[in-house]
Amino acid sequence: MPRRITYRDALREAMDEELARDPMVVIMGEEVAQYNGAYKVTQGLWDKWGDKRIVDTPISEAGFIGMGIGASMLGVRPVMELMFWSFYTVAWDQIVNNAAMVRYMSGGKINCPIVIRGPANGGTSVGATHSHTPENIMASFPGMKCVVPATAYDAKGLLKAAIRDNDPVMFMESTKLYGEEWDVPANDELPGGELVIPLGVADIKRSGTDISLIAHGRAVITCLQAAEILEAEHGISAEVVDVRSIRPLDEETILDSVSRTHRAIYVEEGRPFCGVGAQIAYTIQSKLFDELDAPVLRVTSLDAPAIYSPPLEALQLPTPELVIEKALSIC
Amino acid sequence: MPKLIEMPKLSDTMTEGTLAKWLVKEGDTISQGQSLADIETDKATMEMQSFFEGTLHRLLVKAGEKAPLNSPLAVILEEGETAPDNLDEIIAAAQATANTAAKPAAPASPSSQSQTKSRAAASEGPSTLLPRAPSPNRRIAARVPGVKSSPLARKVAEELGINLYTVTGTGPGGRIVRADVESAEPITAAPRAATPTIRPTAGPDDTRTNVSTMRKIIAERLLASKTQIPHFYLQVEVDAAPMMQFRAHLNQTSEKTTGNKYTVNDFILKAVICAAETVPAINAAWDGDAIIQYKSVGLSVAVAVEDGLVTPVIKAAEQKTLLELSQSVKDIAARAKNKKLSPDDFAGGTITVSNLGAYGIDQFSAIINPPQAAILSIGSIRNAAVVNDKGAIVSGQRMWVGLSGDHRVVDGAVAATFLAEVRKMLENPTLMLV
Repeated sequence: MPRRITYRDALREAMDEELARDPMVVIMGEEVAQYNGAYKVTQGLWDKWGDKRIVDTPISEAGFIGMGIGASMLGVRPVMELMFWSFYTVAWDQIVNNAAMVRYMSGGKINCPIVIRGPANGGTSVGATHSHTPENIMASFPGMKCVVPATAYDAKGLLKAAIRDNDPVMFMESTKLYGEEWDVPANDELPGGELVIPLGVADIKRSGTDISLIAHGRAVITCLQAAEILEAEHGISAEVVDVRSIRPLDEETILDSVSRTHRAIYVEEGRPFCGVGAQIAYTIQSKLFDELDAPVLRVTSLDAPAIYSPPLEALQLPTPELVIEKALSIC
Repeated sequence: MPKLIEMPKLSDTMTEGTLAKWLVKEGDTISQGQSLADIETDKATMEMQSFFEGTLHRLLVKAGEKAPLNSPLAVILEEGETAPDNLDEIIAAAQATANTAAKPAAPASPSSQSQTKSRAAASEGPSTLLPRAPSPNRRIAARVPGVKSSPLARKVAEELGINLYTVTGTGPGGRIVRADVESAEPITAAPRAATPTIRPTAGPDDTRTNVSTMRKIIAERLLASKTQIPHFYLQVEVDAAPMMQFRAHLNQTSEKTTGNKYTVNDFILKAVICAAETVPAINAAWDGDAIIQYKSVGLSVAVAVEDGLVTPVIKAAEQKTLLELSQSVKDIAARAKNKKLSPDDFAGGTITVSNLGAYGIDQFSAIINPPQAAILSIGSIRNAAVVNDKGAIVSGQRMWVGLSGDHRVVDGAVAATFLAEVRKMLENPTLMLV
């Protein structure tokens, strides 16, 4: 029986292992230490590693993200927790103008090996200001990377790679995935003794022949559910491609999939306008025009602030039904 | 080495500055950092300081004058240095550089673009005759008007040689998708055969020359004509003796009166024009779901030129006298050989005459000049034994006139009537003058 752990525990394991591997790794954020994290992702780390490695910060994203960025320029490898990614706006100048630009502005003399992580998702009735999904925004800046794991396996492997990466990595999780359990082998079951997934390598989560459902983050799970129904009820074989990191982007795997299935839908929980799917649809049509048997479609959230009412909020985000409806319209 | 003081960039949006006031004069000793002038930019007035030291040799811009970014404003010589002989050249070069930079590749004005276009068109020759036929070697089947098909379906259709008109689309909104094409039967082998898969091989002693634009256009247009227009061919033998006598008679006097010498071809062209007026159905073109009947005769004349041929047009040819026609043909033929034809000279053709008589060809069948409906193929005039109307064999002069017709536009009887009219005119040349 393979070991099953939650997405939350996978993240904690990744940080725990990196804290052990490299004394320069530190965890900082609001309530990450004594309270074990607002969503308990850092459970037990303060007890194990103490005040010097696990640091509670004041409630000031601009201040503590700035502190982490400054520390990273001096060689520390901070893993900063945003309680919600929605609070990135307060620290935005630090993130863009300092973290993302410093390597370029210093002529390569200074780099910024920081990870900023936390949940970025809607669908939990926390309101418009706490439900942002800014991965399209993070991915649009050269100089920083944007990683969005969908499973516990990917969460662990990608977070370890992100911590080792020498550039700022925006690591975007989902509170709705924290409790999901997945197969994640223990280190002694792995050939290399640990799980590290390089950034910029997409993963085919399900093979298929008729249509490519391409997604990132929790939308990958939505696609997997849709693919089951498409197969069982409509005889349509859908391939599910998880891009895993939006920048760097694994175009090759996406294009290879679509050139086999000749149809594509991008699914994401972000909004449609200037969304990640818009970029990927552009890439597909410009490079594979003559391979397409149908227009490239998208399933996104509704183009509106996150709705607070739970029944309406459920309609705002992509569902398997919406993905199936779009797939049937082009298959 | 003289130092040039240049107009500095004092604001991020500045492209030129005004020299508000000089703070120094020629002959002054200049130290580094010394203020030289007040410069007025689009935003403010600022002092310009010297990066150099030496003697101010010359001021190049007067107070109040504007100067583009980086253009030279003054010359400073080092202590004891004399101005080099080529100082004016150095200044002029710096001015030229600044002026060029100030006007970065201004987008071509619409008028200059259209001039460029018409020049290109003129040099391409026949391309301006008529719209270009679709290139025959496109990899992907062209989108068929009125038929929805996916890009992949079109690619597969091209590979399998399937006409999308014959396929029923089962995709969304009736779109033809790959599966529809793959399950369709190829109708004929023709589309595959049309793809240029048979290629020549060239040995070491052979030469391979890339085709000129003119040759490429000739190839495209005539391939389109021969593959898209259902040609049919008629031939008629004409008694050329009356025309030859008439021509000799005319030339006896006309060379003295008008200075014009009529060619045999002039009479043939005139006969074709007259016949096209009598049988206007020949002076027409196929337009998919309609036939265009031309009111006027635009006579295209095939003229051989170096590496090809062109077909300039004599417009409103039915309004020209034999003399005017003769002069027009001489004019366009001369301009064709000298590559002096304008795009306008190629526009408006409705019927073409190709004459290979001068090359000793008796008979041939020309390819229609699309989108016209007919082309005349004129052979040589030769002496022949002729059975006359009394049944006697006599010496005569004969000429073959061929017609290639577009069967979509005209049928055999109409074309035959037209050709009979041409023959009547040539055998009774005085009719051309009434």
